[in-house]
Amino acid sequence: MSMFTEGAPIADTRAPDGPIETRWQQRRFSGKLVNPANRRRLNIIVVGTGLAGASAAATLGELGYNVKSFCYQDSPRRAHSIAAQGGINAAKNYRNDGDSIQRLFYDTVKGGDFRSRESNVYRLAEISVEIIDQCVAQGVPFAREYGGLLDTRSFGGAQVSRTFYARGQTGQQLLLGAYQALERQIRAGTVRMYPRTEMLDLVVVDGRARGVVVRNLVTGEVSTHLADAVVLATGGYGNVFYLSTNAKGCNATAIWRAHRRGAYFANPCFTQIHPTCIPVSGNYQSKLTLMSESLRNDGRVWVPVKPGDTRPPDQIPEAERDYYLERMYPSFGNLVPRDIASRAAKRVCDEGRGVGPGGLGVYLDFADAIARLGREAVAAKYGNLFEMYERITGEDPYKVPMRIYPAVHYTMGGLWVDYDLQSTIPGLYVIGEANFSDHGANRLGASALMQGLADGYFILPNTISDYLAAGPFPSIDPDHPEVKQTEQEVRDRIERLLSVNGDRTVDSFHRELGRLMWDYCGMSRNDAGLRKAIDQIRALREEYWQRVKVPGSGEGLNQALERAGRVADFFELAELMCIDALHRTESCGGHFREESQTPEGEALRDDENFSYVAAWEFTGVGRPPVLHKEALEFSYVKPTQRSYK
Amino acid sequence: MVGAIFGSTVGKKAIMATTGVILLLYLIAHMLGNLRIFFGEESINRYAVWLREIAEPLLGYGGLVWVIRVVLTLSVVLHIVTATQLARRARQARPVRYATRPKVQGSYAARTMRWGGVIIALFVTYHVLDLTVGWLNPDFEHGEVYDNIVVDFQHWYVALAYTAAVVVVGVHIRHGVASALRSLGVTTARGERVVNVAAIVFATALVVGFLSVPFSVFFGLVG
Amino acid sequence: MNLTLRVWRQPSASAEGRLVTYEVTDVSPDMSFLEMLDVLNERLILAGEEPIAFDHDCREGICGACGMVINGVPHGPQKATTTCQLHMRHFSDGDTITIEPWRSQAFPVIKDLVVDRSAFDRIIAAGGYISAPTGSAPEAHSIPVPKANADAAFEAAACIGCGACVAACPNGSAMLFTAAKVTHLGLLPQGQPERYTRVVDMVAAHDAEGFGGCTNTGECAAACPKGIPLETISRLNRDYLQATLRRH
Repeated sequence: MSMFTEGAPIADTRAPDGPIETRWQQRRFSGKLVNPANRRRLNIIVVGTGLAGASAAATLGELGYNVKSFCYQDSPRRAHSIAAQGGINAAKNYRNDGDSIQRLFYDTVKGGDFRSRESNVYRLAEISVEIIDQCVAQGVPFAREYGGLLDTRSFGGAQVSRTFYARGQTGQQLLLGAYQALERQIRAGTVRMYPRTEMLDLVVVDGRARGVVVRNLVTGEVSTHLADAVVLATGGYGNVFYLSTNAKGCNATAIWRAHRRGAYFANPCFTQIHPTCIPVSGNYQSKLTLMSESLRNDGRVWVPVKPGDTRPPDQIPEAERDYYLERMYPSFGNLVPRDIASRAAKRVCDEGRGVGPGGLGVYLDFADAIARLGREAVAAKYGNLFEMYERITGEDPYKVPMRIYPAVHYTMGGLWVDYDLQSTIPGLYVIGEANFSDHGANRLGASALMQGLADGYFILPNTISDYLAAGPFPSIDPDHPEVKQTEQEVRDRIERLLSVNGDRTVDSFHRELGRLMWDYCGMSRNDAGLRKAIDQIRALREEYWQRVKVPGSGEGLNQALERAGRVADFFELAELMCIDALHRTESCGGHFREESQTPEGEALRDDENFSYVAAWEFTGVGRPPVLHKEALEFSYVKPTQRSYK
Repeated sequence: MVGAIFGSTVGKKAIMATTGVILLLYLIAHMLGNLRIFFGEESINRYAVWLREIAEPLLGYGGLVWVIRVVLTLSVVLHIVTATQLARRARQARPVRYATRPKVQGSYAARTMRWGGVIIALFVTYHVLDLTVGWLNPDFEHGEVYDNIVVDFQHWYVALAYTAAVVVVGVHIRHGVASALRSLGVTTARGERVVNVAAIVFATALVVGFLSVPFSVFFGLVG
Repeated sequence: MNLTLRVWRQPSASAEGRLVTYEVTDVSPDMSFLEMLDVLNERLILAGEEPIAFDHDCREGICGACGMVINGVPHGPQKATTTCQLHMRHFSDGDTITIEPWRSQAFPVIKDLVVDRSAFDRIIAAGGYISAPTGSAPEAHSIPVPKANADAAFEAAACIGCGACVAACPNGSAMLFTAAKVTHLGLLPQGQPERYTRVVDMVAAHDAEGFGGCTNTGECAAACPKGIPLETISRLNRDYLQATLRRH
């Protein structure tokens, strides 16, 4: 049986034609509007309260829609956007260093290795400027210079300084801004908040997304909420790897359930492996911690020249150190994009030159920066990151170089959406990391925050009105057969998970799945490995439903049950990721196929055959999915082989 | 305004701080007045009369003393009432106690504010009955301030009780000054240290000033 | 190393709770505190017992979800560290560790070590924001902010809303949490128009949730994993008193 079948091509029909800089304006003008008086009769469900979800719910509330917001955490403020450290890009050109909307657009398309849509990326670059204004007005305490103006720094994949930041806690400050705006709307009564509530399925009636089935995590009660439109802002699926920099609760259930109900899943194999994370210390490891990429501004990455060199770093003389990024990529040096830095680290470790336990680490050394700038200046920039490193490893990075290793960090893939951010199910919108739209095959640093807020504050609230103008849609009886059936399926699944009562824990399965994905669908992939992974994932999934042990009952708080449902979905998603990685025999961005590389070992794209978005249609568990190709056209940025040398 | 002040935890603390400051100012005056005992019998007795004579044209003989007494009584009542309300509220805010709870940050002074306050209240009552009204003092004679003090403090138990109470007052003031300044929003980040040092110096000075009298009497330096 | 844990177990909000003793063996010093609990939970599940429920999410010390009182100290013995970032190298072989939930009337226990902290959200909803509807913002550089103010605002804004201040306070007060937000927004020029209504509304919400009053003991700042300074409370008091004296 073949792994997949190919269906009709798919196209983004919403993006206007014409000059790229006018498209967003055109789309806003051509979209229908909803009269302010009618808005309060329109119900919108927003799932997830990260940067995208919180900003969308707050803005929709401000516009006067009737919004319901859901999150699995105990408070909307805890969504994992809060952990983003580095910063947020914006083409303000405050530095007069040659930045422009055009250049941010160009950098993002190039950084994404020409696998993103030009129209989307241009709009993102355009809106980046408004985001900074919005956040400053909300009181986000960005870093400032002595003159009182905003400070910026540079990030991987860019030669300009356009990243705005709030020490190493930019995500936190941006999210709190959005959260506060959301709380303001909750108080005003336009948004109703449902914390500790997890979406377990999507309700589709007459071909439209009309609601969600949720479980109250405190009482265990399963219920249905109906609406005129549903917005998913539920983040990425990096936790399919078990070990990642995602929060423990991050999961793919919302988008996977929507996929099962008909939403196409685009480019699932495009995952970002972040080069600067703290290495694994033991098999009890529950997650990995990122060290902001901003560290690469001043830290120098190196390994010993000789394989198997076990001397402590301070005893390795300068001549026996290999600053491999500076050597291989002289023009970008330590600031090459993430995918390139990660693969380079893997390569030197594969050569036996890695440092630390198991040889899975490289040094990130601040000795030069401390000598040049002084300890205080370094502490002012990175103090909190250094403290975090010391807390976790027990080593002082002011004295001993940090040890870092790549870890799964972000997923560029996600539910397919058009220019309006609408999925293939009418009325289902997907924003933030949960969609696939703007980063192509690799995301640049400080662009995730930009995209989340662009989607939530500015794009979705403008595009959703075009759909809602046709509403309110016919009201649905809670006893409608579709509603009843979806709800019943959710209950049955919970019941099934509880009834297996086997002899293995959810986490033990999740760890094994993660290991498989890391080994075969991680930093580098090949045909044989991916086939092997698919077989093993299927076998493991079978085993899961025979042997998993979930204690307790469905009533009340049951954290093991929550995890069990999420891991069950990860199995199905993992298989699709491997199929996608298998079918895309080119290398691009974060997707590195060993069969497709340049003589120097760099990723080799195949634009002739793969210049498309792979949008997958679900046909059943274990059944071959259908591939729909959306051709990518590049009229403004000519695809070239990426070079950061 | 009254509602916002009396009705909120922040307002109640402002009341405690303000009344605390009034009581503190009184204590300073009281302590300085006490020190007149070192200038002889004439000096302190004359001082007692003088207190009643100032503002006499306006308030009559002893009028100012009564004004002070009313202000003090009101302050004490407000101080105790708000303290009781806040203590009650605190108890309700933590219905289940911790199984283990070591001392972490709070100073001894901060942790003893409530019981210290009760002790001070009992002492003040005794003190008034002893040296103002004289009911508890068999040798008491109105107007004979010097004799009353000297006779009183020659009893070791009176001197001891007085000493203990003054120390409790000192500890109360040590936290009280710092706390009041924060409750009134006067403390700034830079001032935090200054306030703390000032509170200690201030409390010590007050304790020394008050204790100089009974010690001098007890050891025969006065009387 | 081997440890003895005494953990608060309470099946639900309405049920009685008690401390239950567990032995945990082979604990690595490089484990985080939560990973140590993970190991215990895996064992409990396989033994057919209910695992210990505790809140956690990012495990990077920033989301504010985790939090338990460890040997009487919120977030445990290491200064300026959340429970998830606390590592077992700070304990020694043979230690007995008592683990309890945050104790506060306003944070009712949901299960075991999980408490309901939604009172914090309601305090923010009462006024912990700057009203700046999307689209209304002026150009970011139109209002310069002195660096000192921006830095101090950031310091206060670093609050993660974990609730350790409440857990530590002998009065069960949430004044440090409330003051951190009042300070963050009150120091910025954008926050001035709502500065006085904000503080009055937030204090009213704080009191309505049943938190105790602040008596300046400083336990909150000592327990705060993010080092929010006690001075923020002084600033809240100042703004509050000015607001009430000015408004009427």
